[in-house]
Amino acid sequence: MEIDLTKLPPGHRGVIVRVEGGVGFIKKLEYMGIRQGKIVRKISSHFLRGPQTVRVDNFDVAIGFGMARKIFVKEV
Amino acid sequence: MTKTKRILLIGNPNVGKSTIFSRLTGAKVIVSNYPGTTVEYYQGYFKLEDKEAIIIDAPGIYNLEPSSKAEEVAKELIDGADIIVNVMDATNLERNLYLTLQLLETNKPIVVVLNIWDETKHKGIEIDCQKMEEILKVPVVATSGISGEGIRKLAFRIWEAKTSSFVAEDKWKSIGFILQNVQKLYHKHHTLLEILGEVSIRPLTGFFIAAVVIFISFTLVRFIGENLISYIFDPFFNKLWLPLLVKIDSLLKGGGILHSILIGHLIGGEVDFVQSFGLLSTGLYVPLAMVLPYIIGFYLVLGFWEDFGYLPRLAVLMDNFMHRLGLHGYSIFPFILGLGCNVPGAMATRLLASRREKFITATLMAIAVPCMAQIAMIVGLLGKRGGQYVFLVFFILLLIFIIKGLILNKLMPGHSPEILMEVPPYRLPRWDVTLKKLWMRMSGFLKEALPLVLLGVIAVNLLYSLGIIKAIASLLSPFLVKIWGLPKESVAALIIGFLRKDVAVGMLGPLGLTTKQLIVGSVILAIYFPCIATFVVLTKELGWRDMLKSVIIMIFVTFSVGALLNLIL
Repeated sequence: MEIDLTKLPPGHRGVIVRVEGGVGFIKKLEYMGIRQGKIVRKISSHFLRGPQTVRVDNFDVAIGFGMARKIFVKEV
Repeated sequence: MTKTKRILLIGNPNVGKSTIFSRLTGAKVIVSNYPGTTVEYYQGYFKLEDKEAIIIDAPGIYNLEPSSKAEEVAKELIDGADIIVNVMDATNLERNLYLTLQLLETNKPIVVVLNIWDETKHKGIEIDCQKMEEILKVPVVATSGISGEGIRKLAFRIWEAKTSSFVAEDKWKSIGFILQNVQKLYHKHHTLLEILGEVSIRPLTGFFIAAVVIFISFTLVRFIGENLISYIFDPFFNKLWLPLLVKIDSLLKGGGILHSILIGHLIGGEVDFVQSFGLLSTGLYVPLAMVLPYIIGFYLVLGFWEDFGYLPRLAVLMDNFMHRLGLHGYSIFPFILGLGCNVPGAMATRLLASRREKFITATLMAIAVPCMAQIAMIVGLLGKRGGQYVFLVFFILLLIFIIKGLILNKLMPGHSPEILMEVPPYRLPRWDVTLKKLWMRMSGFLKEALPLVLLGVIAVNLLYSLGIIKAIASLLSPFLVKIWGLPKESVAALIIGFLRKDVAVGMLGPLGLTTKQLIVGSVILAIYFPCIATFVVLTKELGWRDMLKSVIIMIFVTFSVGALLNLIL
């Protein structure tokens, strides 16, 4: 089932299936190493629609709530 | 004669470019464990045997497509470079390789550096440098900038830099191919630092840890500052310096202009380091014995957290709160740096993407974030009346900070962008690196602040003896006295505050203020206007138009807060 990144529970892993939004946004994430096919592990989700932190490969990245909602993953 | 070669260090944020830069050049630059430490580029000289070159340390970028200021700057630097040293984070090859492939396309001679090599072992990564060199067709050197491992080799191999004939049709496919051939991954269990890293970024545990970190930091800064003062600086001034001043005093007996400039006026027939206001008395005592000890404490503690990698986590935790003020988590960097000195704080606003965010951050910092020099003086003066008053001053400043942020967020059009920030792993700081940074910041303070403090003391004496302060004081006194409840002599402190805030707070000392007046005075001096150095940097960063707006806000806030405090306290 496809869910957006904010719904992936902390500690769970998912594979990125698609990223919605403008080309600029998609590219920006891509350059940071967040792109289709990558496996991410959710580290934390801050309350009140706060930032979501994920681990990709060997680095951690904090992504704003609105951005995270445009990243869709399939839980693995 | 050949032209001196220009070597450019370039790579993703927080891969250790500045560390390698200072290793190669011996130049002193601030390095920390968070993305965006380097906001400007630095140049240094590098000499190896008979060869000499200029090395340039660029701010970190993820790609070469000019979408932000940093990338535009990087592109220009690349065009002007003879050799490119692409610094990579060996623990994140895949992400770093994208920029590498783009750099190969520029047809400039390149050397690839696999930095942070020492961490690959703990992370279960094995990279075949030889193989990578064969594929990319440029020299590949493994280094660990922090320990210095591999730097010598790099210094020699820089000269072997060459243009690559590697062609990448589809970059991500090529990256996949490269990784398959050069990198092997093993499963590794989480290290203690990794677990700690994750725990401190989760909401519940994270806030608890943040509270502990902040509490420990304040306690440590106080502990270091107070002990340096009572065991080193005060004994020095009282036992060694004072007798000398007394001698000079008796030599110059009869006063005169020289006496009042060097020693200042005597308090109860004696030299008083805080109140005399002479160059050799207050002019040296304030910066060295009252401010410097806290500067040392603050930068030692800050340096540790910077190198450990804690600050980005605090930024993530604070993100939500900062959004209410029209900012995002990243703004805590200018604020935290501003607590040391507003000048580097103002420079760090360059990291913020939008003009709106820069404006709010800069204005909030200039108004409500007192620098360590000022804090030290407030603690020194007001602390004698009771710690709760010092606390009250900071509480008032915090309230101003929050209320003003809320208002600016409502009033200014647009909204703040969301956070998207890499959070570096925790790294155990190396004491030599952290201490070197402390030394740089300390000597920076002495070089930049000391002359201004001395200038301030001379200015005070001149303005007094020329009667200028008296004239301005009587002009403003109805206003000062009625609205703020301060004695008219305090106007002198406001004037000197343009130059140095610490001297200005010090000037409140001899006025014999009540505790309430001292509180109002301290708050007003903190918020009314940035010191000249901060003002210059802020104008450069914001442009004069935004700076003017910011100043108008400052004046307005100062008037109203001063009046309000006078009413309610």
